[in-house]
Amino acid sequence: MCLAIPAQITEIEGARGKVALAGNVREADFSLIDEPAVGDWVLVHAGFAIEKLEPEDARETLALFSEMQEGIGDFGAP
Amino acid sequence: MKDIDRILLAHGGGGALTRELIAEVLLASLGRNADGLPDAAAVPGVEGLVFTTDSFVVKPLFFRGGDIGSLSVHGTVNDLAVSGAKPVALSMGLIIEEGFAIDTLARIVRSAATAAELSEVQIVTGDTKVVARGEADQLFINTAGVGIRQTTSDPKSLKPGDVVLINGPIAEHGIAVMSEREGIAFDTRVRSDASPVWPFVKALIDAGVEPRVMRDPTRGGLAACCAELAGDSDVTIELDENAIPVRPETRAACEMLGLDPLTVANEGKLVLFVSEGQADLALDSLRKTAGGERSSAIGRVVPRKRVPCVMRTRFGGERILEMPYGEELPRIC
Amino acid sequence: MEVCGTHTHAIGKGGLRSLLPQSVELVSGPGCPVCVTSQRDIERILLLARQPGVVLCSFGDMIRVPGLETSLVEERSQGADVRIVYSPLDALDLAVREPGREVVFAAVGFETTAPGVASVVLQARERGISNFSVYASHKLIVPAMKAVLEGASRIEGFITPGHVSVIIGPEAYEEVARQYRAPCVATGFEPSDVLEGIAMLLECIAEKRISSFVQYTRVVKPGGNKRAWDMLMRVFNVSGAEWRGLGEIPGSGLVLKEEFASFDAAHKHELPDMGPVQLPKCRCGDVLKGIIHPPECPFFGNECTPRSPLGPCMVSSEGSCAARYKYG
Repeated sequence: MCLAIPAQITEIEGARGKVALAGNVREADFSLIDEPAVGDWVLVHAGFAIEKLEPEDARETLALFSEMQEGIGDFGAP
Repeated sequence: MKDIDRILLAHGGGGALTRELIAEVLLASLGRNADGLPDAAAVPGVEGLVFTTDSFVVKPLFFRGGDIGSLSVHGTVNDLAVSGAKPVALSMGLIIEEGFAIDTLARIVRSAATAAELSEVQIVTGDTKVVARGEADQLFINTAGVGIRQTTSDPKSLKPGDVVLINGPIAEHGIAVMSEREGIAFDTRVRSDASPVWPFVKALIDAGVEPRVMRDPTRGGLAACCAELAGDSDVTIELDENAIPVRPETRAACEMLGLDPLTVANEGKLVLFVSEGQADLALDSLRKTAGGERSSAIGRVVPRKRVPCVMRTRFGGERILEMPYGEELPRIC
Repeated sequence: MEVCGTHTHAIGKGGLRSLLPQSVELVSGPGCPVCVTSQRDIERILLLARQPGVVLCSFGDMIRVPGLETSLVEERSQGADVRIVYSPLDALDLAVREPGREVVFAAVGFETTAPGVASVVLQARERGISNFSVYASHKLIVPAMKAVLEGASRIEGFITPGHVSVIIGPEAYEEVARQYRAPCVATGFEPSDVLEGIAMLLECIAEKRISSFVQYTRVVKPGGNKRAWDMLMRVFNVSGAEWRGLGEIPGSGLVLKEEFASFDAAHKHELPDMGPVQLPKCRCGDVLKGIIHPPECPFFGNECTPRSPLGPCMVSSEGSCAARYKYG
């Protein structure tokens, strides 16, 4: 269960911060993962990062969203 | 299930509940038959005149790619355009909440004026009402528009073999507006696609294309548009998921918010049904029109199957496209 | 069997059933958190929404679930303050922004969502936010899998929820797999993930490899997310819970620990005790147990449609009935 998508951390302030995907930026909470760092790829569910991802794993998931294929070089900084 | 006796938000969603409200309450009360209240209508006794009305309650008032002013003009122009009419003139009625900033009002009306120039229509009449603070949420705009019929759009003319075309990527207006709502904490670079579709219709007419049906998918998205149309016809509309253009950032935004792009609102899209023989010409005309570079063929009309509207999925499976309920509930888990 | 509403939805949306060979039957189990929420919990949430001064925050799926008389969306049309949120954080932020209102968050969801709710409760306590509480209705998936298998079932294997597995780890299903001889494969959510997960499961069944495996290696790690699990256990105790259709399942629910009583909506708002509540007619329970497929329910498609649902399986976008109805 549960919709969760890969996104990249762009900002951290305490336990909260922002994550971005293809220029979309959302606030997120990092209290459920260890040592979040800007630039890390994370899996985000209901506003929480629930796991860190290796960049190639993030890309693989994103590649499976069909339309992402064209923009795949675009991820990262908003 | 108990009867609904109060208006729900979903009644305004452009989906199944809206249709029911119109058929069972509005038409019945007006004493009109089931032919309905189309978005734009012929005026009895006046040949070639097409008449439409629309109201704009968008919140927030300003969003990436537009505002309530420009939207009110584009929306009205588009209702006329997809009925096959060249838009000529608009009215604009304002309902303003006490306390609304006059500067903001002026900015909105200037935006409407710019939009009108873009479509070469004139705002020829208007009305202004002010209600006490709390009795209207800042500003509502109602418009009416008239145009002169140049071509037709008739669901009954759909035939198996007809091709479905669209003039660009979907789901942008809804995402742009949602992202600016308070309490959403979501930033995006997706811009509303609010713009006139009349230039596309004109290009088609000039090229000699005779559309079977034209639609502008707004609330309820592409899904509502096709499901409704298919339901009203005696054919089945088959869409191809792979062929429907969606920008990567829009798709990502939908994933982040748990929304299906097919059900998210548009405000500058033209969905066009043409005969197989005219498909290439039509697609070419759309692509050559400014803003139409990503026009695509997205489906076909086939003889009526078990269900009126289906979509071939990316994976080769088939899924039924239904009229959305009305208020698309974003999924989380 | 799949026990994850997002799998139900993905299978429907991708039209995957039509791609499977005849010999493979995919049954949808109790994986939709909204669908398995007991009618009693629904009625209590509605009671909370009706209280003056309360802002009831809920995930979108919940608001159309029918109560005996009404639903959250109908309460809203009659003046209740009901808001759709995307995260329990939204509800907490709302409590901060509107100190004069009592914010209640309807906490529904499995192990993927519960740690986030735990974190929010801790944050509320740390920041001294007193106008915030949660109605805790979280469920744990493994006890439900056991309950389904107990019922002498035809289920030969499970594709297990990918994101729940991120939290609890694939080891959590080992006992189920061994005890009931039903291999488990933690699976992702894109159509290719689901098909790969099913393929792996079929191999395991054929080769009698009775254990818990992972298809969704991109995110599911051995041991799961310990930090998230620890946070969950700091705030919640495991308890029995009532599941729609499955009845009371021991050790399958989460209740707030006593030290967090002031954040427990049922306690704070003094909700009266309620006996079990039954929706008339609704056969969601049998659908959730996998006893009948949605089309086999006598009300499917006639009296019960997404427009006028008799029960939650038809309302929730992850409900088996809604998925079947929408996607065919």
